[in-house]
Order: sequence, then structure tokens, then C-alpha cells
Amino acid sequence: MLDQTRAPVYEALLKYREARIVPFDVPGHKHGKGNPELTGFLGQTCLDVDVNSMKPLDNLCHPTSVIKESEELAADAFGAAYCFFMVGGTTSAVQSMILSVCTAGDKIIMPRNVHRSAINSLILSGAVPVYVNPGVDSRLGIPLGMSAADVEKAVLENPDAKAVFVNNPTYYGVCSDLKKIVEIAHSHGMAVLADEAHGTHFYFGEGLPVSAMAAGADMSAVSMHKSGGSLTQSSFLLLGKGAERFGVTEGRVRAVINLTQTTSGSYLLITSLDISRRSLAVHGREIIGKALETAIYARKEIENIGGYYAFAEELINGDDIYDFDRTKLSVHTRDIGLAGIEVYDLLRDYYDIQIEFGDIGNILAYISAGDRWKDIERLVSALAEIKRRFSRDKAGMLENEYIAPKVETSPREAFYGKQKSVPISESAGKVSCEFVMCYPPGIPILAPGELITPEILDHIKYSKERGCMMTGTEDMNIERIKIMDI
Amino acid sequence: MELWFSEPHTKDVKLSIRINKQLHSEQSEYQRIDVFESPEFGRFLTLDGLMMLTEKDEFIYHEMITHVAMASNPDIKNILVIGAGDGGTVRELTRYDSIENIDMVEIDRRVVEVSREFLPVTACRLDDPRVHIFYDDGLRFVRRKENLYDLIIVDSTDPFGPGEGLFTSEFYGNCFSALTDNGILVNQHESPYYAEDAKAMQRAHRRIREFFDICRVYQVHIPTYPSGHWLFGFASKSIDPLNADADRWNSLGIKTRYYNTELHKGCFAIPNYVKELLEHS
Repeated sequence: MLDQTRAPVYEALLKYREARIVPFDVPGHKHGKGNPELTGFLGQTCLDVDVNSMKPLDNLCHPTSVIKESEELAADAFGAAYCFFMVGGTTSAVQSMILSVCTAGDKIIMPRNVHRSAINSLILSGAVPVYVNPGVDSRLGIPLGMSAADVEKAVLENPDAKAVFVNNPTYYGVCSDLKKIVEIAHSHGMAVLADEAHGTHFYFGEGLPVSAMAAGADMSAVSMHKSGGSLTQSSFLLLGKGAERFGVTEGRVRAVINLTQTTSGSYLLITSLDISRRSLAVHGREIIGKALETAIYARKEIENIGGYYAFAEELINGDDIYDFDRTKLSVHTRDIGLAGIEVYDLLRDYYDIQIEFGDIGNILAYISAGDRWKDIERLVSALAEIKRRFSRDKAGMLENEYIAPKVETSPREAFYGKQKSVPISESAGKVSCEFVMCYPPGIPILAPGELITPEILDHIKYSKERGCMMTGTEDMNIERIKIMDI
Repeated sequence: MELWFSEPHTKDVKLSIRINKQLHSEQSEYQRIDVFESPEFGRFLTLDGLMMLTEKDEFIYHEMITHVAMASNPDIKNILVIGAGDGGTVRELTRYDSIENIDMVEIDRRVVEVSREFLPVTACRLDDPRVHIFYDDGLRFVRRKENLYDLIIVDSTDPFGPGEGLFTSEFYGNCFSALTDNGILVNQHESPYYAEDAKAMQRAHRRIREFFDICRVYQVHIPTYPSGHWLFGFASKSIDPLNADADRWNSLGIKTRYYNTELHKGCFAIPNYVKELLEHS
């Protein structure tokens, strides 16, 4: 293990500041002096280190000194062969991961309940998805993990597939049997790519599901800015220790990242990754332990209110819920007659509480070491109040978050093919060229190349009526949709 | 040598009190607790550097946070007091023989212990058999109660610090639910004078109004609090404090230094600028 108390980029920035370098380079705000209003708002400390690549601070696109050292430290801390610092969010990490492994026409096996960034990269790469339908919990209505047996079936039916893509975990905290899936994929010469946007803490906590690197996966996209504590938009792309045999080398991945990543990587983001990695490596067990303890307490208190179901490890079934991330505070709300999105809105509008997301039947409150006990008490009390004041009969409520898609053509073909725009209400039976999703969570209800069905239209209409933030189509009001003009 | 305690009341105004000596100082799990002795105000307690009470003027606060509600409904039997670790509110309540039970919920055990040691003038009745002390978060405690209390008194710190959960909609809603049909909620309602305090006051008023049909504020003069002009909130499901039966309260023979039944009527008469702040909250 390297010396994890080091933070090379952070240390270099401190030296840079002490040296009182006179800037005749970009950014033009020149340590904030050229933009006093911005400096007043963000603070001098922040503007002082909002600087450009230079020899003593290394270069994100071609790291040879302090960034390289920091990346190596991160790789060491996460048990990876290499770690790339990403400044375009985990979206860019997911895209670089898929683009590193797949090219036009290659098959990739994945669950359909992926984040839009995964399907975006199918459009960019021209890879063709082989969807494994995730399990669906009939009470909660949520999509789960993939059953290992279903993955094996897909692998056997598609021996030419290049990779298997796995959520570890899903937004709700559900994990597939990653070790088994790695075993199946590797024995058929396929790489395993993990979306760990919601799993950073798996690398440091105790009693949590297995991390992608520990399970032997070949790459993983890790949202350091979620449970890792770094600044929004900063992320890691991890390269597994056995990835080389799939032709995925450090150099190749960097070349792929540099296709789309900025050449002006923000040092605020980079140094936040450096400091956060150090903090996790040194204090991770306490940091994650506190979040876990908080989530367990909150679940118990929410259960005591009655009417809500704060679900967790009792769902584990050894199959499509192979494991569950107990730091996730996911609460089923339909039994009090309210859609998750309605509870989400009430919490903000009446109680000044902002949670992560609400969907048709559930809410998710994001828990971390940054939560104060009194804030947890507020959340629980507000949920008690919402039940007392707003609960109603649950008749007529939609139950399912997930509708299995009917794929007609590849996302890329639909996205770049001949299209026409029609009112969404008249689009049933057509093939969509666009995404439709609630954001968050950002899991498409409809993706390019999929058949639009009456069931999907009902789902979209219901989500809109309940107040979900719908995105995806070119039409900002989601009233028209582009379909394939065949 | 001059020793002074200073508390900023705004970023441009501060109150200073000469002290003889510091009797106690500690950082508890929740806040910094200090007790000083001063020539003008006697002993005084501060939490996170903010004045909670002085021996000289605490009677004003504690009489007014209790007797207004007790005179409005002398049949009150079961009371919940939130905060109030110094014991002053409980001391006033124990003067009513008719009260059967007082639950006191204080988050910080150390405030009670320090008060017992250094402030017997307020902590003197905490051992009354009708008093039950719970060391718990007020918000957490009250959400488990339903249709139980005739009076809830929120004797809290300011909305920034350990007391911040006690100025929220969820808290007032939980209190509504914990009160009986004749229930009354009295709360420390901040000051209308300085802008920051006034905003907190408006927010509290707006939120309480969401739940209670009767929703008034009354004023009180507390020399050591910012601006000296302080408000309490009086919210109720059915009882209007302006209809209080003065003769009945006077017949109890409770001797007070600040409160009387004339003042009871008068304290609800508030200045126009405060009325406006409340109307526009």
C-alpha cells in the first residue's frame, strides 16, 4: 500500500500558492482579481487555485507528475490497476468505459435499467445492446438487479458479445451477484464493466456489498462526488487488474478519454478528488460507518411512523437482489396513497427538505457522513407529518416503475436515422428516436430504437401528472416525440 | 483588570456585561455552556455565547412563558416543556397545584446538570414529583405523542444551533398532533427588532399559522436579550387568551413580579410595525 496520507495535487497547489506566481496564463480572472464579484461569492481560496495545467501541476490529458501520482494513489486505495481522474462527471466515465471496449456493431450485455449515460455511449460507439431484463419487485414496483442465470443465458446466446455491463448497485441500492457474473463473463472471454455511480463507499465501508474491483471486474465508473465526498462532476474511472487481456490498457483508455474530455481540467475538481481519496483511504471506515449507522436509525424511525416501508436487506433473495446497500435510505410511499414524487415535492415545498429523488412509488434520501442527527429527526418528523396531513386512498395508483422494452433497432440507428416529429399521444406503435425519462433517477422509460407502446405512454402521462421532471426529448415540454420515419 | 462578557446582537451591535468571574465553562456534546457572575445581573448562563438567562431578569421570561397560558386555561393538567434545561419554566409551572404532570424534554443533559450546580434560583423545582425529565431531541420526542398534552411550551434556543429543529413546520405540526382539543402551544418567538431575528420570527409565525386556528403573539421586555423587545407565540386549537378569566387566576393567589391579569390583556397589544411583519410573514 502506498502512503495514502499523501495528496500530491493538493500539495502542489499549496506550493503554487505560496510561490505567489504571477499569472500570465488562463484563466483570465487571474486568481479572482479580474472578477471581484465571483471572488466575493466563491471566496479567495477557491479562485487562487482555479488554475490551468502547467509543469508543476501536471496535465490531466497526459499526466506525468503530480496528477499521475495522485491517480496511482487512488488506484492503490481502490484496488485497481489504474485510476483515471474524470472531470466530466460519471457520465464521461461510463462513456469512456464502453467506448474503450466496444466499437460499431459490437454487442454488449446490459440490464435495461441503466443510467442514460450508458445508452448514450451506445449511440456514440454504435454498440448494440443485448438487454437482460432486471427482476421487478411486485410490491415496490422497482427494477432490481440481474439474475446470474439470465446473464448466463444472454452470454450463451450471444457468444460474440464483448462485454457485460452491471449496475453496482442500482440507484435504489440493489446489487446483482457481481462475482458470479464476472466468472461467467470471463469464462466466455467477455469484459465486465461496472457502473458504480452509487457504490463508491463499497470500497471502504464494512458490511457492504462487494466492490467491482474486489469482484474482479475490468472497469468501473465511480462517482466520487456522491458517497466519496468530492465536488460535483468529479469522478473516477477504474481499470481492473485483469483488463489488459481484453486489450484494455492504460494507454488505450486514456486515448479514449481524451476523445471527449476537456483539455482544461479544473483543478478544483482534480484536487477535490485527491483530498477525498486521501480522506476515504485514511478515515473511510468511520466515514462510511457513520452514514450506515444514520441510515439504519432513520429506517427504524420511519418504519415506526407506519404506512411507509423503508426497505433494505430483508429483500435479499440470493438472485436478482443478491445484496443490498444499507446506506441507501429508500422508502416506499404508495401505501399512504402518495407517489414518491409527491412526497418529494411536499418535503421541499412544506418542510424545506430536499431529497435525492422521488419516482412513482418510492423516495430516496441520500445519506452521508455529512448528515447531522437533528436533520435526520427533521426528515423523519416531516414524513410523519406528511402521512398525517396528506395521506389518501391508494386506489388508482400506478404500480410499476419499470416496463420491459421492445427493442426494434440499435440506439445509434434510431438516433441518426430518418426521423419525423409527432405528438407524443399519437406515437403508439412507432419506434422512438429519443429518450424519455424522469430525472432523477435518469433511467430511460423509453430509449432510441424502442417501440412506443400504450403502456409506456400511460406511464409517461402519469409521471407528468404526478410532477416528475421529465426530460429526454428535443421538445422541452415532452409533448412531441421524434419517431423513425420508415 | 476589567473582565467583560460580550454578545454580538447583530454584526454591528453588541451588549457587554462586566463580570466578576467565570464560574463554569465546558463544551458539551451539543454546545458550549458557560456560567458567569456579574455585578449587575448576578449569575448568568450562556449557550454558544448567547445569553440564556440572568438571575436578575429571568423572572420576566419565565413568568411570561407560563402564566399567560395557565390563566387562559386554568384546567391545564398535562404539560410538555421542550428545552428549558435551566429549570425556570418548570419552577413557575410547579406553583400550580392543579397541574398533574410536567414532561420536560431537554436535548443536553449537561445544561440541566450545570444549572442544578450553579443556578439554583431556576433549577430549584426540577425534583418536584410531577416533573419528568427526558434527555431527548424535542422533535423526536413529540412526534411519538398524540392527543396528550393540554399545553406545550417551547423554551428553546435560537433557530441556529441545537434548537433549529424546533422552528420547523414538521415540529409545529407534530405539536398540533400531540395537543388535546383545548391544547395551547406557547413558544419562544424571537424578536421583531433586528432584521435577522425578525426573519426568524416571521418564519415561525408563518409556520404556526398553518396549523392553529388561534394564533397570536405577545410581547415582553427582557433587558439582556437583543433589543430587549421579545415575543412569545400563543397558538391554540380553541382557546383565545383574550377571553381569559382574570378573577379565576387572581383567586389562585400566585404571587408574581412581572405578570398580572392587566398585563395579560396588554401584552397582546403590539406595535404597528410588528403587526405588519406578522401580517406579511
